[in-house]
Amino acid sequence: MELFLQTLVNGTLIGGLYAIIGIGMTLIMGVMGIINLAHGQIMMIAMYITWVLWQFLGIDPLLSLFISIPLVYVLGDLMARYLLYPLMEKESILPENQVLMTVGIGMVLVELARTIFTSDYRSVQTSYSDIVWRLGHISLSVPVVIDFFIAIAFTGAMFWFLIKTDIGRSIRATAQDKEAAILMGVSAKKITILTFALGSSLTAAAGTLFLPIYYLYPDVGPIFTLKAFVITILGGLGSTVGAIAGGLVLGIAETFGATYISMGYRDAFGLIIFLLVLIFMPGGLKSLTKV
Amino acid sequence: MTTEQTNKNPLIAKNEWFIILAAVVLPFIFHFSPYIQGLLIFIMIWTVLGSSWNLLAGFTGLVSFGHAAYFGVGAYVGGLLYFHFHISPWWGLLLGGPVAVLFGYLLGLMVFRLRGPYFALGTLASAEILRIVFGQEEWLTNGHNGILYITTWVSKYPYYFVGLAIALGSVLTIKLVMRSKAGFYFLSIREDEDAAEALGIDTKLYKNIATIISTFWAGTAGAFYMIYMGFIDPEVVFALHNISIITILVGIIGGVGTIWGPTVGAVIMVLVQELFRSAFFDLAPSWVSRMHELAFGLLVIFVILYLAGGVVGDWDIIRKRLHFKRAEIKE
Repeated sequence: MELFLQTLVNGTLIGGLYAIIGIGMTLIMGVMGIINLAHGQIMMIAMYITWVLWQFLGIDPLLSLFISIPLVYVLGDLMARYLLYPLMEKESILPENQVLMTVGIGMVLVELARTIFTSDYRSVQTSYSDIVWRLGHISLSVPVVIDFFIAIAFTGAMFWFLIKTDIGRSIRATAQDKEAAILMGVSAKKITILTFALGSSLTAAAGTLFLPIYYLYPDVGPIFTLKAFVITILGGLGSTVGAIAGGLVLGIAETFGATYISMGYRDAFGLIIFLLVLIFMPGGLKSLTKV
Repeated sequence: MTTEQTNKNPLIAKNEWFIILAAVVLPFIFHFSPYIQGLLIFIMIWTVLGSSWNLLAGFTGLVSFGHAAYFGVGAYVGGLLYFHFHISPWWGLLLGGPVAVLFGYLLGLMVFRLRGPYFALGTLASAEILRIVFGQEEWLTNGHNGILYITTWVSKYPYYFVGLAIALGSVLTIKLVMRSKAGFYFLSIREDEDAAEALGIDTKLYKNIATIISTFWAGTAGAFYMIYMGFIDPEVVFALHNISIITILVGIIGGVGTIWGPTVGAVIMVLVQELFRSAFFDLAPSWVSRMHELAFGLLVIFVILYLAGGVVGDWDIIRKRLHFKRAEIKE
């Protein structure tokens, strides 16, 4: 029973972080209608920014959120403006051209990181990295708990932004019906670029938060790209609430699978759930609630 | 492009005969060093993989992000036969294709319900699941230790000719298919699957035919890789980046939906990577060698932005540009 509870808690905490990666992905998917295969790689860039700040300037990862997020926002803006958006207006044989572009971008980001930082494993050891709280028989790792609450804060802020602000409304409108949104005076170009930059900076936040928990190396990205689209499909395309639910489900499923079935299959559980959802419940969790 | 081809044209055009002849005769005349032979063999393997992807994605519109699945299964057929029964992996060359086809058919039952990005993600996830399963089930596959086999020949020449035969086989089969009625059905599925269905084309059947041909060659490429390299492990043959993604990029650089595009793409990919890996034959500082994939990635971005049809597909544009510039200089 204790093991069960411990696994549940660990899964939920990790799930909270997965959720913000998922929200970033689902925003991009909803507005641009593409899968962003560079998502995890963008997160990797944020992790390297955080690592450099820690290693050379001694800035705590939590503080470097204020630096890594704006930097990645600018990076996302530039990528969307000069690499992805121009493709939207071009005719090509495969409609997947933008997806293929994100593949190219992802590859360049990984190789840039490898050229600059080599393939060595890096990690950040903060003063609170090893502190563990004990609640009865359940232990909570302090950095993971802090990250979880920051992730919740980000999720809340994102919700407020999407629901209350004009730009947020335009984003949701574009995601729901692009043609109608354009007719209502929404600038498709502006919203597309903004959404990509915003989605990228959300995943940057996740990357910065992940750094004290995970090892960092140039190839860390693809794993998270896969997780991000598992979450997105699981939650239902374009659904922010779905992405949160999907993130939690994935986090819990992974930890349970790793604890009770096999550690080596940890990364496979998400993918298997993903295939099952694609085939049997194409609408994702969203279709259950009709929200 | 494809619509211009009629059955009156010979299957192999004159200039194509010339290239084939050169590929067969030149090794006898020039005695390539093993290094160059190795590069050429890799070009062959990528040609087969790229062409097989191109048939599915470029001609039929089914953009697969998991070609490593078929490549890996093909490689492991020979590998497992050798590992468990000590049968020569050369049998894998015969069986790798058919087993990959069988496997692709089963996978198709699942992923053919999906379209567009969902299809891409479904195939990607399948290949990743295979990679993890083959890494974990050590009783079957020897896990991450991989399978080692002492290659039949020390010289690379025999492999060169086997590779050449497979590469030619794949390109010419696809050319043959694309001239037939099935080829036009493939194109119609790519352009508009619903419209094709409405016109009475059995889209499911033709998607399966495209998959069978594509997976057969991908599996054969995998089997050949096993024989040639003498070592496979799941991280290598089921690699998401190094196989699935590079396969796609080879197709894109050369030209999606063209017969010879993937071949050109394979040549460009291997040459660009090798130029940088060898730091321009040691002329450049050594850190350049770390940039070989970066250079290729940048090239991909450039091609997608400015040559959406790839080098072969947009050859006319490239030629015009070159001519235009030359004319300008003359004036």
